[in-house]
Parts: sequence; structure tokens; C-alpha cells
Amino acid sequence: MTGSVLGDTLVLGIETSCDETGVGIVRRRSDGTVELLADEIASSVDEHARFGGVVPEVASRAHLEAMVPTVARALDIAGVKPSDVDAIAVTAGPGLAGALLVGLAAAKAYSLAWDKPLYGVNHLGAHVAVDTVEHGPLDRPSLALLVSGGHSSLLEVSSLAGPLRILGATIDDAAGEAFDKVARLLGLPFPGGPYVDRAAREGDPAAIAFPRGLTGPRDAIYDFSFSGLKTAVARWVEARQREGMDVPVNDVAASFQEAVVDVLTAKAVRAATDSGIDQLLIGGGVAANSRLRALARTRCDAAGITLRVPRPKLCTDNGAMVAALGVHLVAAGVTPSELDISADPALPL
Amino acid sequence: MLALDTATPAVTAGVVRLVDAAPPELLAIRVTVDARAHGELLTPHLRAALAEAGVGVGDVDAVVCGTGPGPFTGLRVGMVTAAALGHALGRPVHGVCTLDAIAAEAPGGEPLLVVTDARRREVYWAAYDETGRREGPDVVTPAALAERVADLGVTRMAGAGRYAADLGLPVVAPEYPSPVGLVSVVADQVLATATPDEFRPLYLRRPDAVAPGPRKKVGA
Ligand SMILES: [Zn+2]
Repeated sequence: MTGSVLGDTLVLGIETSCDETGVGIVRRRSDGTVELLADEIASSVDEHARFGGVVPEVASRAHLEAMVPTVARALDIAGVKPSDVDAIAVTAGPGLAGALLVGLAAAKAYSLAWDKPLYGVNHLGAHVAVDTVEHGPLDRPSLALLVSGGHSSLLEVSSLAGPLRILGATIDDAAGEAFDKVARLLGLPFPGGPYVDRAAREGDPAAIAFPRGLTGPRDAIYDFSFSGLKTAVARWVEARQREGMDVPVNDVAASFQEAVVDVLTAKAVRAATDSGIDQLLIGGGVAANSRLRALARTRCDAAGITLRVPRPKLCTDNGAMVAALGVHLVAAGVTPSELDISADPALPL
Repeated sequence: MLALDTATPAVTAGVVRLVDAAPPELLAIRVTVDARAHGELLTPHLRAALAEAGVGVGDVDAVVCGTGPGPFTGLRVGMVTAAALGHALGRPVHGVCTLDAIAAEAPGGEPLLVVTDARRREVYWAAYDETGRREGPDVVTPAALAERVADLGVTRMAGAGRYAADLGLPVVAPEYPSPVGLVSVVADQVLATATPDEFRPLYLRRPDAVAPGPRKKVGA
């Protein structure tokens, strides 16, 4: 590649599928190791807090304002010149249409101005690829559990540059969405994940037996459902309030969280075992949840599965994950995207 | 210089030469009228216009971009493209009110109303006389704007001609902003190599602050 030294590949990645404007710079050495040089984020999460969820137009406006300053910061922190960059990678989907469009347009402009190839990438693939920044190359086929406010999927990953195979996904709410909604119900702030996690540490996970979605004998074994759980929590809390009793926030949080995490880890381990795969990778914002990490560890150890979970900052949406997938695509000789590539809010894998 | 605008249904890209006091000269232009294609077509149009003009992207001295008012999604495509090009090339980015760029290419004469489609049954507008923009830009319903026509003293309109009947005004060209129109508005500023004004989109509306639905969902 032009500008590369000793077979190194340097990719700048742009992520704008939801409310974070992320720009990352990743270098891949010829031995396959991947190094993170910059991971800059501008978040509009505070602007969405009062609405209890992400407002697409607010997010898109914030992306436009933050885009160039975030790219400039990433280049600065990485200490690289535009001529060092071998390719631009950008999230093409899935995500919010208007938000994706801002990152994609910016990436095209940098590609044109710097005369570098453009790679429109899949957001979920990027969540998987980012783990190589922390734990090294993906040495064998793996199972990926991606859980966030936008997605809850079980994927089979044979190679980072190849297509992912969907084994299962949520049929209603994403796991992170359930955390947001239950947090709201309990009077905890948005985004709910970290607050529910904190409250749950002081609560009893066995206090209330909330339902485990899609775990019946005739349910789809790898799909998820969190809508019924959310409703069950709401009913329980309302019944309590009707009787004029205090709501034990910590116990509700712990019992709800346990129901989510129990299903996620059980289905992931089962899918791995069924597919003869001995490595599980977890990503997405919910992967920052301390109970999910702990229970996944316990169950993977028991099943003889290697568990890979990147540090929390790499689990949430960021530009580094897009750059990480980008370097693997470049290294694998994948054909770049055309400049007329469009955003695809429902991009398949 | 590179000139672009995505605030109307037209995806407009052009290369314009600006030398001293001479009028801006169009070297190449690519326009597609398709309100849904801004994201796909803008950068390919810029690349094609540069190639036809025989100008390398590194030889661009400045970027000129319409800042709206325009429906949000399309407008942002042009704005972020211009901002990123300016940053990537280390060149200034000059913003131009899209309505001013339309007015700049209308034939001289009587006071002029420039109107563009704002969707949601509203229009963006501004009023001009021989000294320049006198009122606007703003966003209103066509009916509300029609009531102000007499008051504004305008006798003709440019831009979205489909509103001519509502407004009771004859239509003059142009319908959309052109590269030359965009550049002519900021020609003095560009030639003086003055620091551009702050590059901000003219949304003219607050974001819809309705409680959001579920975030992005991934199909099973
Ligand atoms: Zn994500």
C-alpha cells in the first residue's frame, strides 16, 4: 500500500451510527498484530438524556459539528500525517440513517482529498474486530455475542474479513434498550446500563423471579426477547406502588439484570457448544456490564470456552473498531468501496 | 475552487476559477436533481468535475459550500463534505446562504423573492433588492408567505417555481444554486484571503424533540 512502512497498514476509522462521533486510528503490522494509535470520541449522550433515548436529529446535528474536530484530534494524538494513512474505513450500517450519512459523507471527502481507498464496513463486524486491538489476532473461528442499545446478536465469525453468519438476534428490544427502560422505571438516569449495574451490586439477584425470554422448549434457541421481561418488571413495580410499598430498587435492578445476563450467556455458550466453537467474544455497550462479564467468565470456564471481552471503552461504539476492521480488510486484499456507496440503516452482514 | 450545494433537491458540484475582479468562470459542473441521492452522488460529482476541469484536488485553493436553509439530511451531506475537504486539504471553507447564491444569478432589476422547498408543507425564503438580502432567511407556510408579498415589495421570484401560483409572482431563473452563483457571493472574501465566517448550517427549525422510538435495530 502507498505510504506504508515495512508492510504496516494504517487505517483511519469513522463511526457515526448512533450518538457517538468516533474516530480511531489503527496500525496493523505485517506479523498480524494490531495497535491502537488513537480512539477519539465526541458524544451527544447528554443532549439525549432528557428524552430518555437517542433523538436521531439531535445526534445527526452533533455529528456534523464534531466530525472535523474529532478527526483532527485523532490525527494529532496518533502523531500521523495524512500521507501515512493507507485507507479510510467508515460504518455504512446498520444504524440511524441520518447519522450514518454524516460519517459516510465525511469519509468520502477524506478519501477524495487524500486519494486513499474507502471501505464502507458493517458496524457489527467492527464490534468483533476491535477485540484484536486488545487480545491479538483472531486465531480460530469464534462465536460473537454483540449486545448494546441497538443490537443483540449471536454471530459465527470464521474470519474478520469474511461475512459473519447470524445465528440469532433479538426479536423485539435490544438488551441495552431494556436496561434503559428499566432504569427509567426505577428513576435511574439515561443511559441506564451503568446505573442498573451499580444498583444491582447492592441488590439480591434472586429476590424476584423475572421471566427468561425465549427459553421454552419450543422457542428459537438462539434468538432473544427482552420486551416481556421489561413488561414483567414494570408490572411488578406498579403492583408494589399500588400497595403503597417502597420499591426495592437494588433488588429489582439485580433481579432484572440477572434475567438478562443469564439468557445472554446461556444462549451464547450453548451456540458455541452446538457449533463446535471453543472461543466466545463479547462486544457492544452491554459488554461493559460487570455481571455479564463475570457470569460469562464462569460459564465459559465450565464449558472449556476461551472468553474474549475487550475493555469497556472498546465495547461501546467508537472509531477504533471501524479502523480495526478496516486494517483486516486491507490486509486481506478486500476490494475497496466505490465513492457512491450509500448508507444502509439495515445493512445485512 | 470547488463549489457545492446540497440544500435543495439538486446535488450540485462544480469547479470554478476566480481571478481578481473578473467574474467567476465555470470550468466543470455536475448536477443531479434527486433529493434522495445527496449522500451517494456528491463526492463522485466532485471527483468528476475535477477530472473534467483537469484540476487536481490538491490544487484547490478554497471550498465554497451552500449552508442552507435546507432539509436537514441533505444539507448535512454537503456541509460535512465541505468541512472535511477543507480540513483534509488545509484550505478555507466559505459558507454561503443557499438563497443568496440563487439570488446572485437572477437577472438584475425589481425586488426579488427567493423560495425553496422546506418539506412539511413549508418554504424557506429571503427577499432581495439591488443592495442585497433585505429580509430572511426564514421558514413559513406558502400561505403565510403569500400574505407578506405585498409588504415585502417583491415583484418576482426565483427558486422553487411550483410556489409561484401560491405567491402570485412571475418566476425567473435560476431554480437551484449554481457553482458560479455560490462563488460570486463570497468572491471578495475569497480574493482577500479573509478568514471565512463561521461555517454553520442554517436549519431554521429546532430538532423534533419527540420521545424517541427504539434505537437502531438489527434485522434477524
Ligand atoms: Zn454498536
